[in-house]
Amino acid sequence: MASFTTTATADDPRISGGGGILPPVVGGGGDDRRGSGLPDYATRLRRARLGLLVALTPVIMLFVSFTSAYVVRQGLPTFDPRTNAMVHDWIPVALPRLLLINTGVLVLSSLFMELARRQIKGRAALAPATTTQGASSGDQVLIPWLPITIALGLLFLFGQWTAWKQLAGNGFYVATTPSSSFVYLLTGTHAIHLMGGVLALLVAGVASLMGRSLMTRSIVVDVTAWYWHFMAGLWIYILCLLKFAS
Amino acid sequence: MGLVLLIIIWLITLVSTYFFVAKTWWLPVGASAAAPLIDHHFTVTFILMGVVFVAAQLALGYAVWLYRDRGSSSSKVAYSHGNTRLEVVWTVLTTILFVGLNLASSSIWASERFRAAEANAVRVEVTGMQFAWYFRYPGPDGKFGATNPELEDASAGGEAALGLDPKDPASKDDVVTGTMVVPVNREIEVILRAHDVIHSFFIPNMRFKQDAVPGLAIHMHFTPVQTGDYEILCAELCGLGHYKMHGMLKVVSQEEFDKWLAAREAEKQ
Amino acid sequence: MATHESAAQESHAHAAPQGFIRKWVFSLDHKVIGLQYYFLALAAVFVGMFLSLLMRIHLIWPAVALPILGDIKPETYLTLVTMHGTIMVFFVLTTAPQGGFGNYFLPIQIGAPDMAFPVLNMLSFWTTFLGFIVMIAAFFVAGGAPLHGWTGYAPLSAVQSSGPGEGLGADLWIISIAIFCIGALMGALNFITTTLDMRAKGMTMMRMPLTVWAWFVTAILGLLAFGVLLSGGILLLMDRNLGTSFFVPLITMNGQVTGHRGGSPLLWQHLFWFFGHPEVYIAILPAMGMCSQLLSVFSRKPIFGYKAMVYAIMAIGFLGFMVWGHHMFMSGMSPYTAFAFSIMTMGIGVPSAIKTFNWLGTLWGGRIRFSSPMLFAIGFVSLFVSGGISGPFLAQPVLDIQLHDTYFVPGHFHLIMGVASIFGIFAATYYWFPKMFGRMMNEKLALWHFLFSLIGTYAIFMPMHYLGMAGMPRRYSQMTEVNYLHDLIGLQKFITYAAFITIAGQLIFLVNLFWSMFKGKKASDNPWEATTLEWTTATPPPHDNFGGHTPVVNNGPYEYSVPGAPRDYVMQNDPEIEPAH
Repeated sequence: MASFTTTATADDPRISGGGGILPPVVGGGGDDRRGSGLPDYATRLRRARLGLLVALTPVIMLFVSFTSAYVVRQGLPTFDPRTNAMVHDWIPVALPRLLLINTGVLVLSSLFMELARRQIKGRAALAPATTTQGASSGDQVLIPWLPITIALGLLFLFGQWTAWKQLAGNGFYVATTPSSSFVYLLTGTHAIHLMGGVLALLVAGVASLMGRSLMTRSIVVDVTAWYWHFMAGLWIYILCLLKFAS
Repeated sequence: MGLVLLIIIWLITLVSTYFFVAKTWWLPVGASAAAPLIDHHFTVTFILMGVVFVAAQLALGYAVWLYRDRGSSSSKVAYSHGNTRLEVVWTVLTTILFVGLNLASSSIWASERFRAAEANAVRVEVTGMQFAWYFRYPGPDGKFGATNPELEDASAGGEAALGLDPKDPASKDDVVTGTMVVPVNREIEVILRAHDVIHSFFIPNMRFKQDAVPGLAIHMHFTPVQTGDYEILCAELCGLGHYKMHGMLKVVSQEEFDKWLAAREAEKQ
Repeated sequence: MATHESAAQESHAHAAPQGFIRKWVFSLDHKVIGLQYYFLALAAVFVGMFLSLLMRIHLIWPAVALPILGDIKPETYLTLVTMHGTIMVFFVLTTAPQGGFGNYFLPIQIGAPDMAFPVLNMLSFWTTFLGFIVMIAAFFVAGGAPLHGWTGYAPLSAVQSSGPGEGLGADLWIISIAIFCIGALMGALNFITTTLDMRAKGMTMMRMPLTVWAWFVTAILGLLAFGVLLSGGILLLMDRNLGTSFFVPLITMNGQVTGHRGGSPLLWQHLFWFFGHPEVYIAILPAMGMCSQLLSVFSRKPIFGYKAMVYAIMAIGFLGFMVWGHHMFMSGMSPYTAFAFSIMTMGIGVPSAIKTFNWLGTLWGGRIRFSSPMLFAIGFVSLFVSGGISGPFLAQPVLDIQLHDTYFVPGHFHLIMGVASIFGIFAATYYWFPKMFGRMMNEKLALWHFLFSLIGTYAIFMPMHYLGMAGMPRRYSQMTEVNYLHDLIGLQKFITYAAFITIAGQLIFLVNLFWSMFKGKKASDNPWEATTLEWTTATPPPHDNFGGHTPVVNNGPYEYSVPGAPRDYVMQNDPEIEPAH
């Protein structure tokens, strides 16, 4: 039986990556690296945004899945042994009007989020200039768009919690009807995801105290901002689904 | 090593194929109207896929022997990145084989499942529960009475296990048994129900299987063409007693069936 | 300048970490993380094999009491079935090929210094590890692990009183899977971003090794599928613990009406299988990529039809999302829907067949070297053919009537998903061991391991097809209650004996693996004379993979025996060869 064992040794120039008959490995491949060997700001931002796009895919799939369960469940008849017939048992839930107010809060927060994003991006773009001697970013007062966004986000979450209490007050708990189950499910899952966004913003806010560079914080805020806008869009979708597909 | 691989692959292929061809362990005897059609299609699929199986494995074994590295001079490699024409040919052939096979079987599937039972079919409601099958016949009024989950009492067997509601007049003539008795050469309509979890009503000799799903009443049909006793198994994991949830189908002559049913009705008076 | 220095501290630093914890426990290096995943899978596979051994023993000797474990009751048998399947599918087949080898070699094969998000990568491993701990914990809580099968059909899985183990054990099972989903999604995120954004100069998509294509498409499948599984798990937890009725209609359990109304057991099946079918492609695609790679290297010949192989991988991935209903032909689903799924399923057989033809085409006219990785690659092709051929039986609903939920099904999926994928893992281990550990594994032990494994697994799983044809149902803890099953016990005994021998053969691998790490023959940087970028690095590769410079790629990944070239392989970063063909 012929079995291959290499005759090449560790020093064989054919094997090693450098020297011998091969050309030298050229430095600086596809990464636009600076001398420190790290990717530059543009690359890092592009990569982070690509990562976000990819990460939003399973979030979308989660809600697509819930949507299909919702649609299917609405239309599904079930067997009633007392009549030997298939019956429909879907009772729509009256949604608290507070949800509309919360929607306004969230959309507003998205606006402030965008302002915060542009603000920090602008500062990050100026950063190299402001470190040269003589130039100064000035002691301009920075409007705290980021903290406002966080506050509005928290206000939204508090509003959702209050809406839940209102629903319960009207007798609609998680297991009361299939429709109420979906209301809690969809709003609850969205709220958990938004909380993640709030946490990311808090991290970005705290990061300045921890000495992280402006560029890194800018990337965090940029990516979180897009995530935030997506969450606002998702909320509007959920609201429409609950209100109109009933 | 190439020769060793060829021998092992060829032996495994030929031994496995032998047992298929010799039908050492094979489908149980078919006793329904659909069985000859289904079994014929089994055979067609076997032959076609069997040829592909043997050809591919023999080619694999042959290739690794024929193209073994024999040392530097005699082995020359035919450098090639592929052959597009060949790709197209075998892709088209494979598609024709697979899709054709499927369309052929679909006509049998359609004839079994796309139509409802005949109007004069014998109706039997089959209910699965952890861990027994119960069978209900509608009686002379032709209607199944109401059942009520609150009334179920599995330990009492029969009507109580089904939760038959005595207040419904249609229940009065319903016959409930633990053995399924049906007349030969008649279409049997089964209405499948389940009380607790998914079960599956499997009669191997009838080439019949259908899940019994809680919340649904699933209508299916089959036609037994041979008298005899046939085992019924549960074919969907339903809990710790899944392995012992079995029953018996007795296919008898029309006269025997009528007598049997009449006797059961008489017991209810 | 200040900004650059602080940036250097924050981004993935290229200085190697110091200290045991940063270097080996919470490492950000994709190579270490890959090894962590690999050893997690190794532990899981031995747990999974042990569970299956207990199953095999109980099936043929139901009355026997085992040492320490005692009697195996019917519910315990079902627990073994459930946990064997769950652990193998998630913590072995979804972990070792992708999390293990994918993490280690994807960045190197595309010329990148690491994955796109190293911290996320580290978190993805520890999340997966946590999932495993929670899964094992299910064995030890009151009631034990669940008995509802790896498929967890409702209402059996949705009501706590449906059987032993369906209480806390089942909740932990669901939670473990949910944690696994999150870990897998984090991993998929990294794989996709890295493949799209971090390829070295000259490494176009169509010059990527087929291993990379396989990991990439597998990650996309995971990205789309795990979210749906997570959604099903959430709904199931709600039905079990909050009294909702997503999956549970009006039922009685143990004589009590449970209080649910109107839910649909079929809804669970749709959600589960929408994930479940892509999952089996997640399990097999990396092994297919590996097989393509190895057949080319060890035949000294380019892969036959590289473009077709890429399109086939993509087609399998895409079609994989359209066939889930073939698990539900008998479920009560509409027969028209069944017909549609059946046609799609036959369709997905076509790209798989193309790949098989191309593997044979790669061997044809080659100059085959029978090193250990190649043995397992050849074994993979044989197993893939065998497992694949039984597919068209199950794909036709009219034949599925007889075969669904019989042993024909585990015969099919063990050959094509279980064993074939495991052969892919073995092949990858023998192949990349020299690069990871700087030593060769012992070829003689490898040959014995191969023979035990190939012959043994055929002996175990081929007879299951006969059992299925004869009507042996799945998930039966014993064969004593049904008359015609008594005739089949002999065949089951044969399978059990074969299982003992095959599992014993795996110990040869274990010994070889660990002994060779310390005592194996020292390996050169490119012992197999292969062309892809990992073989241009030092052994093992340095922290940033390429020692400070990035390779520039000029050639495809399979340039073997190029006419006129000075030797029979051309590295991907060698000067460009004359375009042939």
